[in-house]
Amino acid sequence: MNEQLAYTIEVFANGLMAGVLYALVALGFVLIYKASGIFNFAQGVMALFAAMTLVGIQNGQVPFAHLINSIFGTDIHYFGWTVHSAFAIILTVGVMVLLAVFVQRFVFRHLVGQEPIILFMATIGLAYFLEGMADLMWGSDIKTLNVCATEGACLPQGMNVWLEGTTYEALGYGFFIDNLDIVASIVAAFLVIGLVMFAQYTKQGRAMRAVADDHQAALSVGVSLNFIWILVWSLAGFVALVAGIMWGAKSGVQFSLSLIALKALPVLMLGGFTSIPGAIVGGLIIGVGEKMFEFLIGAPFLGGATENWFAYMLALVFLVFRPQGLFGEKIIERV
Amino acid sequence: MFYREAGDFSTTYAEDQQTFPIKFDRYRYYLVLFIAIVVVPFVVNDYWVNSLLLPFLIYAIAAIGLNILVGYCGQVSLGTGGFMAVGAYSCYKFMTGVDIWWGGELLFRLPEFNIFFSVIMGGVMTALVGVLFGLPSLRIKGFYLAVATLAAQFFLVWLFNRVSWFYNYSASGQINAPERDLMGILITGPSTEPWAAYLFCLFFTIVCAVIARNLTRGASGRKWMAIRDMDIAAEIIGVNPLKAKLTAFAVSSFFVGISGALFFSVYLGAVEVGEAFGITKSFLVLFMIIIGGLGSIFGSFAGAAFLVLLPVALKVVGVDWLGWPTDIVAHLQLVIVGGLIVIFLIAEPHGIAQLWRVAKEKLRLWPFPH
Repeated sequence: MNEQLAYTIEVFANGLMAGVLYALVALGFVLIYKASGIFNFAQGVMALFAAMTLVGIQNGQVPFAHLINSIFGTDIHYFGWTVHSAFAIILTVGVMVLLAVFVQRFVFRHLVGQEPIILFMATIGLAYFLEGMADLMWGSDIKTLNVCATEGACLPQGMNVWLEGTTYEALGYGFFIDNLDIVASIVAAFLVIGLVMFAQYTKQGRAMRAVADDHQAALSVGVSLNFIWILVWSLAGFVALVAGIMWGAKSGVQFSLSLIALKALPVLMLGGFTSIPGAIVGGLIIGVGEKMFEFLIGAPFLGGATENWFAYMLALVFLVFRPQGLFGEKIIERV
Repeated sequence: MFYREAGDFSTTYAEDQQTFPIKFDRYRYYLVLFIAIVVVPFVVNDYWVNSLLLPFLIYAIAAIGLNILVGYCGQVSLGTGGFMAVGAYSCYKFMTGVDIWWGGELLFRLPEFNIFFSVIMGGVMTALVGVLFGLPSLRIKGFYLAVATLAAQFFLVWLFNRVSWFYNYSASGQINAPERDLMGILITGPSTEPWAAYLFCLFFTIVCAVIARNLTRGASGRKWMAIRDMDIAAEIIGVNPLKAKLTAFAVSSFFVGISGALFFSVYLGAVEVGEAFGITKSFLVLFMIIIGGLGSIFGSFAGAAFLVLLPVALKVVGVDWLGWPTDIVAHLQLVIVGGLIVIFLIAEPHGIAQLWRVAKEKLRLWPFPH
């Protein structure tokens, strides 16, 4: 098999995997947007916050330790225990639900009926707030995230040796694909199936779709908007946690994690804000597109690092021709 | 709000149309100008100028520019940092003489521009780039547009990082402002007198504010506001959305470019593009106009002052008085700014400018509320 072609396919596959991770973040956006019309800019920071909380709980860090130490002159850092991953994840989900209640109760309940752009700017404020909060609680140093089911059975790191071996024997070229990316793809697939099932077959899921369809109609048949919005923010928090675990395990838990959210924006614009399949397809297109562009055009001709802007430019050009995205509902404006 | 005072009569149309029709406001405006131009330059020292006054004046220009786009024309932009970078780099190129290469040979080199005209050219080039990135605004709206402007932000920063022509092939990848003077008085470079830098920026701030104020209360401003309030309806009553949106982008980018040019040449002196003009800068200026007041020139000043003062105040209180480590204060600042944004959006969407207006009315009626 042609070496160059094989390498291209490998870049393609890696792009696909990166796309899955983008789609994971984008999912959280779509959930909130569908149910409440809020474009949640804070989704990426929520992923950062969730991942930091998870690491903090796992390591038994004292929240706000740095702040407490400097106010009271104490010297506390750790409780001195470590928490099992599964338990820590459950606790973190709890924190994310609390956050959802807090956000709904203190922010968006007061902003019901405002213009979408005002809500958008409020979520930018929320993003800053959460970012500062996460740093205050757990410290801003880069942390490594290890999620282990039992001792030694952690999220896999490094490349997949088996895949490389098999493809080398079969095709004469070993494909290099990260173990973690494979796991992330599987998790993302399950997450999407789970969310779709939840939306289709449970009472709360149906109520959620009803609210997404028409707030007032849903209200009039007895759906509690408040509850649904909290539910949706909690779900988005959960998705953020999953995304945070995957990205955090890949590149460490640090500030740049929240910039992934920005990457998810072009994904959404491609896929349309209201469509879960759109988020996935958009994620894959962006993931593959930016890797292929970097490989074929960016690195040889433009001096590299085109990944920073390619996604936005693609979305920008795309939107000029199809403003509602690939799967979005047609935008109809009336006076 | 009533903007007329009993006993304050206008006898000519010109008097009736002036920017500050109330005598009291007008005199206060003259007083502020007098203090800013005549008194402040004699009393300031290096610390005041470099940590408070220069950033305030420069951010005020950027905030006015963004306010024209967001507050008056309703087109949210997250690309301010990128546009400021355009201003800074074109100012640098014009300061050091633009060199045009063709096929590996130097075609010609423009003479080095005076610092004053370099700054202006920074604004002009940014206006051109702004129009280019404003074109999609005709098709896409709301936060779709906001995200689209992120393309400008990331692309421009990447461009200035990668293409060495922009930083004159220097090894560090930075741009450094060479020493330049205006009528024999140094404006840029390390040995600049604080008052000279202050007056230079003040001049641009005042001119920009006056231009912006008059644009926004004239025909073009009304068109922008019509587009902001409902673009389809505006189109039907005869506002050309193409012209209105693109002029808003051009004017806004012009101001932002000037502020970027001043930020680089007078304030910082040396700039690394990703650090100085990153996405955080875009958010900072956006926050200034949200807190200060969308659609208000005074609000742009108030917001800029607030967000320039806040970190300094927090540092004084947190680090100097309470003795906390700096990183805690920095995080706390994020929490406070984020919280304030949310609080302002909930409680007072028109920002400090509206608070100021309400306070004035209350005081005017005081102590009788009706």
